[in-house]
Amino acid sequence: MATYSTNEFRSGMKVMLDGDPCNILENEFVKPGKGQAFNRVKMRNLMNGRVWERTFKSGESIEAADVIDLDMEYLYTDGEFWHFMKTDDSYEQVAAGASAVADCQNWLKEQDIYQVTLWNNDPIAVTPPNFVELEVTDTDPGLKGDTANGGTKPATLSTGATIKGVPLFINIGDVLRVDTRTGEYVSRAKT
Amino acid sequence: MSEWRPSASIEHLQQRAGLLAQARAFFAQRQVVEVQTPVLASQSVTEPDVQSVQVPGYGYLQTSPEYHIKRLLAAGMPSCYQLAPAFRHGEQGRLHNPEFTMLEWYRLGFDHHQLMHEVADLVDLLLGPKPYQRLSYADLVGDARERPRDALDLAFAEACEGLTPGRFFITDYPADQAALARINSDGQTAARFELVIDGVEIANGYWELQDPEEHRQRFATDAEVRQQRDLPRMKVDEAFLAALTHGMPACAGVAVGFDRLVMLAVGASDLSQVLAFRGA
Repeated sequence: MATYSTNEFRSGMKVMLDGDPCNILENEFVKPGKGQAFNRVKMRNLMNGRVWERTFKSGESIEAADVIDLDMEYLYTDGEFWHFMKTDDSYEQVAAGASAVADCQNWLKEQDIYQVTLWNNDPIAVTPPNFVELEVTDTDPGLKGDTANGGTKPATLSTGATIKGVPLFINIGDVLRVDTRTGEYVSRAKT
Repeated sequence: MSEWRPSASIEHLQQRAGLLAQARAFFAQRQVVEVQTPVLASQSVTEPDVQSVQVPGYGYLQTSPEYHIKRLLAAGMPSCYQLAPAFRHGEQGRLHNPEFTMLEWYRLGFDHHQLMHEVADLVDLLLGPKPYQRLSYADLVGDARERPRDALDLAFAEACEGLTPGRFFITDYPADQAALARINSDGQTAARFELVIDGVEIANGYWELQDPEEHRQRFATDAEVRQQRDLPRMKVDEAFLAALTHGMPACAGVAVGFDRLVMLAVGASDLSQVLAFRGA
């Protein structure tokens, strides 16, 4: 089993802590001049997204986590699993459970590319691109002559997500560019 | 293209030059002699928590000029200082670099209380005057007895970081953390102090131990700890002990992390901002 020593710790490194894979965010070296050295490490638990802070004695080792991020194409859901396919022409597929897609479900569009995080080859998280383009399936009728300076309204998108801050001139069938980090309307997509 | 630019700004490096000149003028005015001792030598320290950088065929880069300066004092050198690079293996971070600039000085006839005053005078000169508070080691971490050393070291480091902004002299270290300081008459604490400014450890000083036999015992304890922790064995520096046997005058000494002081003086938060080339 591969291990990493504290002096190899870098942000972005994937390690095992309390049985869960974690991503190292920050690593700070702490040492009183005449005392022992420590590494105070901030890491994100990749299973639940929580940020943990742990202090290790410098020189301690922890197990590496077999975690990789892959770009994969979203295919479809059967209601229980969400199926993704590798983009390396291998046509290899993985099935992600509800917890892996939980943060991403609002932004999943078939044939788009997502980042799938695999731990021991199992998908544990799916990350959408920063911007996605989705069709409006429901919104109040657009107002003629309205400009981008007018008021806003909510709109429901093809994924079922409802976003706020949509300009009044947007109609059903329009395709919108949405920032997945904030869940906010960015612009009408050029078609 | 390779990253060739300095890690510090030219402005910070100019400020650094000014601080170096001010520090040297401070000692010149007080008739404290500048000395230059080897940074590369055949021997180095036995302390288990200070690792030396080994240079095959030559020995070690020095972690501090302490032993050499004390040999000078035993040979008749008056109060003196060294402002030069020092090296510590494996220390790398926001407040650590394996190569750093150490300002270390020794005052004949001073005790650690008198030396604390002089440290404050120098800091006031370089950073501007501010009040100093005194805290004991126990004020920071509570009763140290019966507690494992690693837990204490972490608690101490975190307590220092957690101090309110300001200047603090920490005194009365537990006797087993005396390093090369005398033991106080209570038998429990050491005549050792540190200066912490805005949560950053800046200086470490002692009313210096003179007895060669007690040195030898402390080095033997270091060797035991090194063996337990599977650290490299370090030979005892016999030339240093011979100098003490000849007789080193009573004195107090202190080492200041000069880069950290520069960092505070220019308002930086990372050594990279005051070191010309970091990790080069």
